[in-house]
Amino acid sequence: MISYKTDEEIELLRESNLLVSKTLAEVARHIAPGVTTLSLDKVAEEYIRDNGAIPGFLGYNGFPATLCISINDAVVHGIPGERRLQEGDVVSVDCGVLKSGFYGDSAFTFEVGIVADNVKKLLKVTRECLSLGLEKVEAGNRVGDISSAVQENAEKNGFTVVREMVGHGLGRNLHESPEVPNYGRRGQGPMLKNGMVICIEPMINAGKRQIFQEKDGWTIRTQDGKPSAHFELAVAVRNGKADVLSTFKFIDEFLEQKA
Amino acid sequence: MAKQTAIEKDGTIIEALSNAMFRVELDNGHVITAHISGKMRMHYIKILPGDKVKVEMSPYDLSKGRITFRYK
Repeated sequence: MISYKTDEEIELLRESNLLVSKTLAEVARHIAPGVTTLSLDKVAEEYIRDNGAIPGFLGYNGFPATLCISINDAVVHGIPGERRLQEGDVVSVDCGVLKSGFYGDSAFTFEVGIVADNVKKLLKVTRECLSLGLEKVEAGNRVGDISSAVQENAEKNGFTVVREMVGHGLGRNLHESPEVPNYGRRGQGPMLKNGMVICIEPMINAGKRQIFQEKDGWTIRTQDGKPSAHFELAVAVRNGKADVLSTFKFIDEFLEQKA
Repeated sequence: MAKQTAIEKDGTIIEALSNAMFRVELDNGHVITAHISGKMRMHYIKILPGDKVKVEMSPYDLSKGRITFRYK
């Protein structure tokens, strides 16, 4: 069942998603070589609670932390721990909050120090995929239009798309229908209509597309150990057009300042 | 947080339908209709209710599947 949101509900969702975007920017300030992933998790949890929301992932199906922090070959759902960030790592930080009954969900992949050229390209392409996917969001289009745009751009650049993990609808639950895969054909899948809110999240691998789940029951890694990138934004369909609810503006501002 | 979708699942045949279609109960309790892959038909692999099978699925339609393997 796809739930369609009213304008008021979309405004509440926007609030939740903006908080996620700000939290990610706050986490970005603390990313540096030598920092443990657990300390990043604490930063995020404090920031979220200070803003009158609760972490959305904490306790979701038993997930033990606020953030999903996935380093290098970890695709998604990494559990924060004692691992220290190293120069040259790529860190995907996925954050969710629950505020006034609605979830926010967004993710960004950061570079730690200077990273290899092909990894840089991977991040650039993945982000491109996300914006290409967002361009396809329009009432009357189908989920497959988004999927094929993402897949085409990724494979054109020699990367592969993770198939086992998909984007999802967003609202009063963290995962709602429809599923938004990152691969598919144009014109397939459910139609986008006014009031739908979905998360588009391309997960792109530098090597092969196969993944496996670690024994902790959460962390997803690439089988060949090559790095993977993950970006995620929430978008609503409103008056026939895309209305992007979360933003990377705060992160980009900070990263520019730093550079 | 990305959602984990069903792509390959194991299940048990509960009913044989017409046209080489079967009703399959997946290990997670969901019941779907699935047809036999052409490769399995070519090799005359017979399937009966009660057999354990591997089913291939697509996130676009979670009510249908494709039987790709019959366990012994």
